[in-house]
Amino acid sequence: MSKNKKLFTTPLLKNNPITVQVLGICSCLAVTAQLKPAVVMALSVTVVVALSNFIISLMRNTIPPRIRIIVQLVVVSALVILVNQVLMAYVYDVSKQLSVYVGLIITNCIVMGRLEAFAMSHKPWESFLDGVGNGLGYGIILVILGFFRELFGSGTIWGYPVMEKLGMYKIGYENNGLVIMAPMALILVGVIIWIQRSKDKELCEK
Amino acid sequence: MMNGLRNFIDKIKPTFSEGGKLPWLSSTFEAFETFAFTPNTVTRQGSHIRDAVDMKRSMILVVIALLPALLFGMWNIGYQTALNDMSWNIDSSVWYMLWSCFWFGFLRMLPLIVVSYVVGLGIEFMFAQIRHHEVNEGFLVTGLIIPMIVPVTTPLWQLALAVAFAVVIGKEVFGGTGMNFLNPALVARAFLFFSYPTHMSGDKVWIAADLWGSDAITGATPLGEMMAGGVRPSASLLDMFIGTIPGSTCETSAIAILLGAALLLLTGIASWRVMLSVVLGGGVMGLLFNAIGANAYMQLPFYYHFLMGGFLFGAVFMATDPVTSAQTNAGKWIYGFLIGAFAVVLRVLNPAYPEGMMLAILLMNCFAPLIDHCVVSRNIKRRQSRIKIEK
Repeated sequence: MSKNKKLFTTPLLKNNPITVQVLGICSCLAVTAQLKPAVVMALSVTVVVALSNFIISLMRNTIPPRIRIIVQLVVVSALVILVNQVLMAYVYDVSKQLSVYVGLIITNCIVMGRLEAFAMSHKPWESFLDGVGNGLGYGIILVILGFFRELFGSGTIWGYPVMEKLGMYKIGYENNGLVIMAPMALILVGVIIWIQRSKDKELCEK
Repeated sequence: MMNGLRNFIDKIKPTFSEGGKLPWLSSTFEAFETFAFTPNTVTRQGSHIRDAVDMKRSMILVVIALLPALLFGMWNIGYQTALNDMSWNIDSSVWYMLWSCFWFGFLRMLPLIVVSYVVGLGIEFMFAQIRHHEVNEGFLVTGLIIPMIVPVTTPLWQLALAVAFAVVIGKEVFGGTGMNFLNPALVARAFLFFSYPTHMSGDKVWIAADLWGSDAITGATPLGEMMAGGVRPSASLLDMFIGTIPGSTCETSAIAILLGAALLLLTGIASWRVMLSVVLGGGVMGLLFNAIGANAYMQLPFYYHFLMGGFLFGAVFMATDPVTSAQTNAGKWIYGFLIGAFAVVLRVLNPAYPEGMMLAILLMNCFAPLIDHCVVSRNIKRRQSRIKIEK
């Protein structure tokens, strides 16, 4: 049990896919200008990683090693299409906002990375937990980025005009245009990595 | 008086040393001590003596070189307001005008400089204390340049934010002065430019309307006029050379900047190769556009580019930054030439940004290490081929 718990918790901080493995950076820059799409993206990726890990782990002994990548891709694409259809059915506006980035979950390095590194050699339940952990580890960073970028870039949180209600605009405050742009998201990821490593010296390279 | 200061410093020194009352303030103390006196420590290992002047002394010289542009800029702030504000009595005596314009500009400029230094040095001292190293003196120059290259109406809190960003993200994360690959002053300007574009471009930011407050009088810079489709800037070449035009606080006057350039070149602090090649690059690119001549901006005589916007200021004070420019002599030529060329390309071809100098320097800052690498490995290859022949 404690081993399974560890599978789930290490990707959240100690082995976070974004800040430690530095995977999935592209989508994390692209979808975090606002909190809502960031949350939807985080959930979508979590679902895809967890289910594909589970399915591939079930089939791991029957997949011929030579064609394993294409098999993995078929499973991932099927799941991504399912997720995309669900998003279009229930949260159409967010789905529009995310545009190609839902489809691009197929190419997210975290998904393929976990399949290759973990699901191909572990049992289904463990693989499922690993997938949920990695998806949520990715999600945490997305939510942090989405929160700060929406707050300082648009002055809102989840569409609620926080800065306006606080009366910040009346005293001369202005939204920061740079925070909306992708470069600032990368800088913010860098700052998160900085903070994490100054807290946890084990992560620092020698 | 100097002896008194020396004695005082020696007297309070034990308080800040190991075992004293305030050892955690040692870097702060050290910074002020070496600011006043040349340190008596010498390099003991290796032979890296390049010059008898240490970094603090050379930074002071750069500050002195900036003074003509700064003083002229202060006067010009007042002059631009006076030109547009009828309540100023233009007919009153020349000396009165000279003085009141300068005083107005001085009072407008002072808060910008104070905010820049307080925020920047505050962060530098904080990092020095946390990391237990000496306070670097690079910010002495950076902190003065930042208020000199922004519009006079820049809100102070935005400036403070930009300075903090430049010092932390542009410099300290890489290890402080000497380790940064981007010019920190330009990082601050780029931050302002992309964060608060309405305060950094357009024609409503360059002239202060009153002494206090952020209201502005409409007045386009030469670059703004060209961007809007002008055939020639409305200011005469002479005005642009002297600097009596709207623009960022202290980069309008070519003559004041050239005075500073002369001092930098005489003392050997800035590289003449970089300065010359920036001007060459801009000139060649300007001539090339003249030859194409597809629109009014392309037909603008090439020498206008030197006098508009921050071209000269960038060439003299920012491209030559010894930390972020190329280090090899051949590299300096390439680096400078491309800065000048890209600045003119951005001005003429990019419809979104009126001024290209900032982005051109930042871009070439990124490429400076690559240029150096190529120059060095080319040299190695050339010498290796000689060895083969002798075999």
